Amino acid sequence: MSEAARLAVERAARESYGRLLAFLAARSRDIAAAEDALADAFHAALETWPRDGVPDKPEAWLLTAARRRLIDAARRAHVRHAASDELQHALELAQHDADEPEMFPDERLKLLFVCAHPAIDAAARTPLMLQTVLGLDAARIASAFLVKPATMGQRLSRAKTKIRDAGIAFAVPRTDELPERLDAVLEAIYAAYGSGWDDIAGADPRRKGLANEALELGALLARLLPAEPEACGLLALMLYCESRREARRDAAGGYVPLDEQDTTAWSQPMIEEADRMLVRAQRARRIGRFQLEAAIQSAHAARRHADQVDWEAIALLYEGLARIAPTIGALVGRAAAVAEARDAATGLTLLQSIPSNAVAGYQPYWALAAHLFARLGRTDDAHAARERAIGLCEDPAMRAFLLRRQN
Amino acid sequence: MNFSILIHENAEVFVKRSDPAQRAVLFAPIGAYLQALRDAGVFVGGAGLEPPQTATVLNPSGNGWQVQDGPFADTKEQLGGLVIIDVPDRERALEWARRFPALPGRRLELRANLIPPHQV
Repeated sequence: MSEAARLAVERAARESYGRLLAFLAARSRDIAAAEDALADAFHAALETWPRDGVPDKPEAWLLTAARRRLIDAARRAHVRHAASDELQHALELAQHDADEPEMFPDERLKLLFVCAHPAIDAAARTPLMLQTVLGLDAARIASAFLVKPATMGQRLSRAKTKIRDAGIAFAVPRTDELPERLDAVLEAIYAAYGSGWDDIAGADPRRKGLANEALELGALLARLLPAEPEACGLLALMLYCESRREARRDAAGGYVPLDEQDTTAWSQPMIEEADRMLVRAQRARRIGRFQLEAAIQSAHAARRHADQVDWEAIALLYEGLARIAPTIGALVGRAAAVAEARDAATGLTLLQSIPSNAVAGYQPYWALAAHLFARLGRTDDAHAARERAIGLCEDPAMRAFLLRRQN
Repeated sequence: MNFSILIHENAEVFVKRSDPAQRAVLFAPIGAYLQALRDAGVFVGGAGLEPPQTATVLNPSGNGWQVQDGPFADTKEQLGGLVIIDVPDRERALEWARRFPALPGRRLELRANLIPPHQV
């Protein structure tokens, strides 16, 4: 019995944490207070459910308990600061809503927009989403972002204070603001995926885990904003990348470049889901950075049928990407694609047109430069560039791969 | 702002370093790393250190020193070398520290250097 009750609490925490918190925070406008209240409610559930049985509507039970604590806290604050009756009222309404399960709306989209609000420090946005929407603890997030837990804790609590004190609205932005605000949400989710993806060696399971969490956030966003093509585009992009995770390493853990990967090791269901997302995105006929990046990955994924890659198409997609989002990654990718589609010399010219101060610490630039110099028979230049690429490696498997080529 | 990347290594790593055959494999990626630091203009200085058993230790004795053979302390890991870099902030410093070739038995410590009084 007690075991079943404990599992019920865990299930509620896993499945409903983000929804419950979003609902409470959207009404109290105080994320930290909502978190505290929800944590108390979960504690109360752990105490009472084993004794009295699991309630029929666990979510409503948790919401009622959390709301009661929020009201108590607001009353205490009221005494101290003569806080608004409006808040009281909002909380009473929240209680009423919670009594009717179908009246318990999903406010996570609003919460995502709050987390990625322009007033919030960019470095705090992704961690804030992971903590509030997915319920990850600060220590876990800190390890994924390679900062001390105390630093991450401060960053998160500063952001929550800002949200409360600046009165940032829990609302989906107006149509005219939506594209820009949505970009910030997409960026924050992609940053979580990137922090998991960088650790391709899989040396740290906690970091690998964040890729899954980013996918979860991406899927949630695509579901909540089905009419926004970039939301689907981002999900497609992450799914294409994720589909190749197993193929990126050989049996000995060695790095396998994309064009040498065994396509049968790619995850077919993930590619199919990514294809569906990309098709859905493109129906809106509004091109964007993530759709273009997803389309590039889709062209690579096509190798599993055609056994060759349409580099002309990829070069064209990178051209578009370089126009709307000229990141260093896009520019290097374009040079690589052009080198394949036309010739190494043209690719190298494009590569070398990237400002040198932008590439001093960018490893893929030097790896590509080494590759293109080698194809042009410029052995010394290739050696020097590869040496630089080796020196900039973070991933031991990639470093070992380049060191083998160097000798 | 200067930071020191302190490289601590255990006995096995020091053994590898003394073996000419393994030495080249061990040092090749470090050489590339140091070159990348120089090319990026962040390298300030640094040194690889001879193994701890070659150390001479000076302990306080009266008003002076008592000189003894090392190592300094009987710990699992010993200082194997250090690199000093000049970067705008700790985030950048960490970015460079992460690129130092990882190896079982090797641990890194990143510390900000004190700012000399005349620069404060």
